[in-house]
Amino acid sequence: MYAQLVETGAKRLKTLEEMSPEEREFQEKVDAETKIEPKNWMPEGYRKTLVRQISQHAHSEVVGMLPEGNWVTRAPTLKRKLQLMAKIQDEAGHGLYLYSAMETLGADRDEEIEKLHQGKAKYSSIFNYPTLNWADMGAVGWLVDGAAIVNQVVLQRTSYGPYSRAMVRICKEESFHQRQGYQILLDMMREGTEEQKAMVQDAINRLWWPALMMFGPHDDESPNSQQSMAWKIKRKSNDELRQMFIDQTIPQLEFLGCTAPDPDLKWNEETGHYDFGEINWQEFYDVLKGNGPCNRERINTRKKAIDEGAWVREAAVAYAKKQKQRAQAA
Amino acid sequence: MTQAEALKEYLLRLADSDMILGQRLCELCGKAPALEEEMALMNVALDLVGQARNWYEYAAELIDDGRDADKLAFRRDAHNYRNLLLTEQPNEDYAVTMGRQFFFDVWHYFTLKSLTGSSDERIAAIAAKALKEATYHLRRSSEWVKRLGDGTEESHQRMQDAIDILWRFTGELITPDDTDRVLAEAGIGPDPDQLATDWRGMVNEVLTQATLTPGAEDAWMYMGGKHGEHTEHLGFILAEMQFLQRAYPDATTW
Repeated sequence: MYAQLVETGAKRLKTLEEMSPEEREFQEKVDAETKIEPKNWMPEGYRKTLVRQISQHAHSEVVGMLPEGNWVTRAPTLKRKLQLMAKIQDEAGHGLYLYSAMETLGADRDEEIEKLHQGKAKYSSIFNYPTLNWADMGAVGWLVDGAAIVNQVVLQRTSYGPYSRAMVRICKEESFHQRQGYQILLDMMREGTEEQKAMVQDAINRLWWPALMMFGPHDDESPNSQQSMAWKIKRKSNDELRQMFIDQTIPQLEFLGCTAPDPDLKWNEETGHYDFGEINWQEFYDVLKGNGPCNRERINTRKKAIDEGAWVREAAVAYAKKQKQRAQAA
Repeated sequence: MTQAEALKEYLLRLADSDMILGQRLCELCGKAPALEEEMALMNVALDLVGQARNWYEYAAELIDDGRDADKLAFRRDAHNYRNLLLTEQPNEDYAVTMGRQFFFDVWHYFTLKSLTGSSDERIAAIAAKALKEATYHLRRSSEWVKRLGDGTEESHQRMQDAIDILWRFTGELITPDDTDRVLAEAGIGPDPDQLATDWRGMVNEVLTQATLTPGAEDAWMYMGGKHGEHTEHLGFILAEMQFLQRAYPDATTW
């Protein structure tokens, strides 16, 4: 996942009558569930919204490697180390795959990454929280990948073909990560020492609310949501997705023998869903604006990697050019 | 030294070298010069730690003192580690990272190639699988040494500096000791002379193509990793890598 608050440029939705013939044809195609492909005509707003959403998603995969990189050098066993390394490698792969999908819309990967480094592009707020103990590697897999999957399973039906296809592939790997994450926690809760169990609960306490924030603000506070839904870039509302996530996660939480840091959390017989407390939206917007615990570190690390790697990339280009010249001369 | 002792010692060298180099590559997570490199570095690291696990498992069976692969990796102190000094050297810039990888990969490739014909079937089987991975690693690091060596003026200088910095750690790769000789005679390990010839041959070939100058053959060499005498770096690597196992010694599952 990992796209929150994607700007659509829309203040309100256009009616079919207000649309140009091209727009109308496009909207009818979307309504008929025909996938939009790179060469099809599309409204500029649709293209821009998708570029924003897919690039946010790609940035999130890449920035999301950092909180895990924080523990990959300290993973406790060979098995856990290998699993975490494979997960990180998958995420780099997802990033590449998503940037490619984004480039089918005429956007440039380097330009979008530059926007990220300048603080102009977003990535999921969750990765601005620190990973403070080993159980975070389990909780990130279970809750963060779990929240991402809820969103992405729906995005498999998103209207833009290349994005939809990327989601199908990414979902498979994310599900695997989620099960692995849960297993880390389950093993510690079942066979671990008291200290290990305390680590698990501590990780859940810290990551619970940020995971719920991953779904973005309430729908009634988001005109962008409505436009994205009309274009079928988004298929379900933020609140619907958040509720789905909570409903499926609480039984897993209980099975672990852990609790959520929410006194208002309880099963509602009438609605058939869990009720839960209000998210601290001030914190959400603070983190989104750059005032989370790790915003600065995450961006600095990424920027430093790309800046300090400039000479490496330049060398690769220069070498390729020389090789080409040699081949032509031969 | 008996053959059995030599074998245990040798397996730890293979395992520890893979493990420590894999650990160094893990440190680069999120810090590579391009996203493609991010993936490739983690991929190589994953191969190396996976191979380390295979060697540790076999070593644990032969050592047979109740320690498993994880105990060997996460509960031994530096003086019991047997990795090549080259593998514990810091990442520095990408030229050093790739130079270290290249020198190691050439050694690794020829070692594994020879081990596929080992009279020890278990070793031959592990090596056969590992060789496929090492072949890719070598192709990749050779390409990078050439790109950086024959790229821009800056990259050439950096790559040459990296070769000069790392050269003194390469002697250990191709200088045999009793362990190496005992196993070579038993047909278990590689022939040391052949390994040295192959290593020099390929290193010279790639460096020449990369417009780089190798160090002198009679240069002073820093050795000791194979006997547990390490550079100052290893203690810090282990302090990080073994943190959880050391901080929570009572934990039996993770």
